[in-house]
Amino acid sequence: MTPMLMFGQLPSASTRAGKLAGAVYLVLSDGTAFSGRRLGAEGDAIGEVVFNTGMTGYQEILTDPSYAGQLVTLTYPLIGNYGINRDDFQSDRLQPVGLIVREACAKPSNWRSTMTLDELLKERGMVAIQGIDTRALTRHIRSAGVTMGILTSDPSSAAQKLAETDSYDDEDFVYKVTTRAPYAWGREGREAVDSPSDVLPYKVVALDCGLKHNILNRLASLGARTIVLPATSTADEVLAWNPDGILLSPGPGDPARLGSVIETVKALLGERPIFGICLGNQLLCRALGGETYKLKYGHRGANHPVKDLLDGTVTITSQNHGYAVNPETLEGTGAEITQINLNDNTVEGLRHVKHQAVSIQYHPEAAPGPWDSRKYFTQFIEMLK
Amino acid sequence: MGMKILVIGSGPIVIGQAAEFDYAGTQACKSLREEGHEVVLINSNPATIMTDEETADRVYIEPLTPEFCERVIEREKPEGLLPTLGGQTGLNLASALAQRGVLEKHNVKMLGTPLSAIQQAEDREAFRALMRELNEPVPESWIVESEEQLEAILDEVPYPCIVRPAYTLGGTGGGIATTREDLRAIGSNGLKLSMRSQIMVERSLLGWKEVEYEVMRDGAGNCITICNMENFDPMGVHTGDSIVIAPSQTLSDIEYHMLRTAALKIIRALKIEGGCNVQLALSPESFDYYIIEVNPRVSRSSALASKATGYPIARVAAKIAVGKTLDEIENQVTGTTKACFEPALDYCVVKIPRWPFDKFESGDRTLFTQMKATGEVMAIDRSFETAFLKAIRGLEVRQKDLWHEKFAGRRSVMGGPPADSPLSDEELEQAIRVPTDERLWAIAEGLRRGWDIGRINRLCRVDTWFLEKMKELVAVEQALLHFESFSTTPEIMDSVLRRAFELGFSYDQIASYLGVTGELVADMERQKEALSGLANPEAIQAGQFDRGIEALGVAIASNPVAKSEFDAFWSKYDANDPVFLARFFAVGKLKEHSGGAVFKMVDTCAGEFESQTPYFYSTTGIESDLVSQ
Repeated sequence: MTPMLMFGQLPSASTRAGKLAGAVYLVLSDGTAFSGRRLGAEGDAIGEVVFNTGMTGYQEILTDPSYAGQLVTLTYPLIGNYGINRDDFQSDRLQPVGLIVREACAKPSNWRSTMTLDELLKERGMVAIQGIDTRALTRHIRSAGVTMGILTSDPSSAAQKLAETDSYDDEDFVYKVTTRAPYAWGREGREAVDSPSDVLPYKVVALDCGLKHNILNRLASLGARTIVLPATSTADEVLAWNPDGILLSPGPGDPARLGSVIETVKALLGERPIFGICLGNQLLCRALGGETYKLKYGHRGANHPVKDLLDGTVTITSQNHGYAVNPETLEGTGAEITQINLNDNTVEGLRHVKHQAVSIQYHPEAAPGPWDSRKYFTQFIEMLK
Repeated sequence: MGMKILVIGSGPIVIGQAAEFDYAGTQACKSLREEGHEVVLINSNPATIMTDEETADRVYIEPLTPEFCERVIEREKPEGLLPTLGGQTGLNLASALAQRGVLEKHNVKMLGTPLSAIQQAEDREAFRALMRELNEPVPESWIVESEEQLEAILDEVPYPCIVRPAYTLGGTGGGIATTREDLRAIGSNGLKLSMRSQIMVERSLLGWKEVEYEVMRDGAGNCITICNMENFDPMGVHTGDSIVIAPSQTLSDIEYHMLRTAALKIIRALKIEGGCNVQLALSPESFDYYIIEVNPRVSRSSALASKATGYPIARVAAKIAVGKTLDEIENQVTGTTKACFEPALDYCVVKIPRWPFDKFESGDRTLFTQMKATGEVMAIDRSFETAFLKAIRGLEVRQKDLWHEKFAGRRSVMGGPPADSPLSDEELEQAIRVPTDERLWAIAEGLRRGWDIGRINRLCRVDTWFLEKMKELVAVEQALLHFESFSTTPEIMDSVLRRAFELGFSYDQIASYLGVTGELVADMERQKEALSGLANPEAIQAGQFDRGIEALGVAIASNPVAKSEFDAFWSKYDANDPVFLARFFAVGKLKEHSGGAVFKMVDTCAGEFESQTPYFYSTTGIESDLVSQ
């Protein structure tokens, strides 16, 4: 009997053919779909799809509260190369709703690594996808703007699930990521507010809209102990600590929705020196009467050039924000634009001399990213003297 | 206001100073003319683009010596001299001209990085003093300027130690000394070769990671990093002889920025105006690092960094030299943003040096601190494995992947006799331990023998990250060689082929491992042609396999042409031979998986901005950045 074989085909191949086991899909709200492979935990994840162009720093990004509610795409294709270590977490949990990468490294190499990226994601229950053309996705976001998307193994139900979920712009993430109870941060890290190690010369109160550990570490290294308060605290509650200065932290979401926080900042203006970082820059703007708007696809990366208009220098900065200050609305508020982004001329820094308030739109604490703007912490400490 | 500027080329191509300086010089000349300056060029090498009539306003083909250079200066009376783009030759010539008072006499201003900074970076003692001042660590070392001084330190230095002569090309005259006798011999040779008769003997950092930062500074003090690069070969091999990967792969964010911060601090202190290359050694098991070397000029690494990122380093360096600041220079790639930013890569770049040992078979293939490579290839892709295999194929050597007959024996084929490696384990260990141009293939053979990553890492100190990637490539190669063993599970066969393509093996390579010949492919094509239209392959695909086969059988029996073609095929090939069946399966899948390359753009910004650039690379993906005309 002559065998009956088709070209390039073995009998069992076709009968067992079917959907690839472990296939996961990213479906955007405009219907664009990408197929990839499972990474991290099982399940669905819905969020705003954004991209970050940094080449290192995935562990910091995954624990940065400003990514709450987002599906983060990393444009560098090889992620997880140096594993996960104990020290580089920026908060106590994973913050984005999901992660999108081209290739996750299964065999990392670094002396501090204690586990792989996939192990971390599984341990903390984060859904992720690998094996997709992240550059095609990035180009799509660049031209269409950020959009809602879903990671799922069942693409047929994606559209319906997306339709049933609130848009990123309609959610209040700050109230989800802020601390429930006050705590303090000193040289040794987190401590009780009445800790006996209360020996640092300066006291800062931070309104926690989504703090990163490295902000607190930088302040501590310069001699400031920080009392971290919930974002919902009132001005009286802040001033009750009798701080030398006030820090407005970074955080996720639309600043325009943070009415009560803005009221608090308004009441604090002029009371103590204020330093705002990222969302803190937008909160200061709104407290002074200015407005903010949403950028098409935000600034997320470690290579954004910012020009200081006061001294003409340019600094490469670490950025993560989707909203920006509208410069036209600052007229008559007494606020001055001190820094601009060289790529798109957006506002990167403000100051209000009379109120002793300064703010920057990027991340002087880095983690991830360049360390070039650490000087702003020093400047803030100078203001406390 | 245009100036007349003299640009010094780099002279003949030699080992350690090749075409990269023609690239840099040409870009600089164009850039200066763009700014309205008049460019006078001196170079003795006719085979250069920069000596073309379009590149400069006036070209002097003259020896690159102070005497001839002075003649040109007398005749042309340039207002400025730009020496930092002609490699070490340009720098040495400029310092000679300055020392002789020629520049002062003719009122020629040195453009770009000041001579004092160049001397501070290149003079070991001055450089180390500066590093101490900046609190940046340098390995313990001894400066030696005479045979007597050399004798005096023989008992003092830790062995092994490294000998580096000052002011030479590509580290000529350097080496690693493991004994007093070695140090005496290498040291005294180095003293003879150094322009200043000066060598440095240095603590060996063998096994540490070697990382480079390509950085720039403008006259206003703005500093940026163009690119960092990690050497596959750890410390001990000249970077020009190292396989280099951009960006670094095994550095965490803190390590990346710790070294970046150090590099920028150094170029600030040196007051570099233009491009600069900083080489550092990083401990594989702590945050300890040392500054190894600073090249205060555009270098071989700049050419690599430039092409790896799309950032035109020499063009921007030239504009900085004539007083522009980074935020005033446009980023040509995007056309909308400024040159003051740091490129973000969304791909992996692998450079492999090309050595001349195939032409000089008696040459000593051992690599150390003196560069031996005559050229290099670069490859770009979205994974390390694919970029690595592309680079190997680009080398134009006999090896097209990780198989090298010297280590692995005659290349085997699925179903053929197993390869018989000509090397004993001891010999192979030695080949992995000693860096040579062929070491990567020796490492692959170690992996093929199933040696664990730790053992190989202890021998060669190559980071386990790279070894794991190579292990994966060897695993796929082995799966192809034993492909028939998967014939009961077509899903596995399919995934092996898919993975082989994904990791960058080519159609021809895979076919050759499988023993798929052109004849087999042709026979199968002919049979397929004869059978086409007889059955419904879609029905089979859709899972109705048995019905499909049945229909095919009936159709064949009733069609004489098809039947004779079918019978002829199956009388030639043995359907009971698992090796043949594996090939039979593979042919169709090879076609299916090999198609579909897309082209992505090297755009400096990882897709964040729309860009206009002619740099592309092929990869797998769903979308091409290159719209076909």
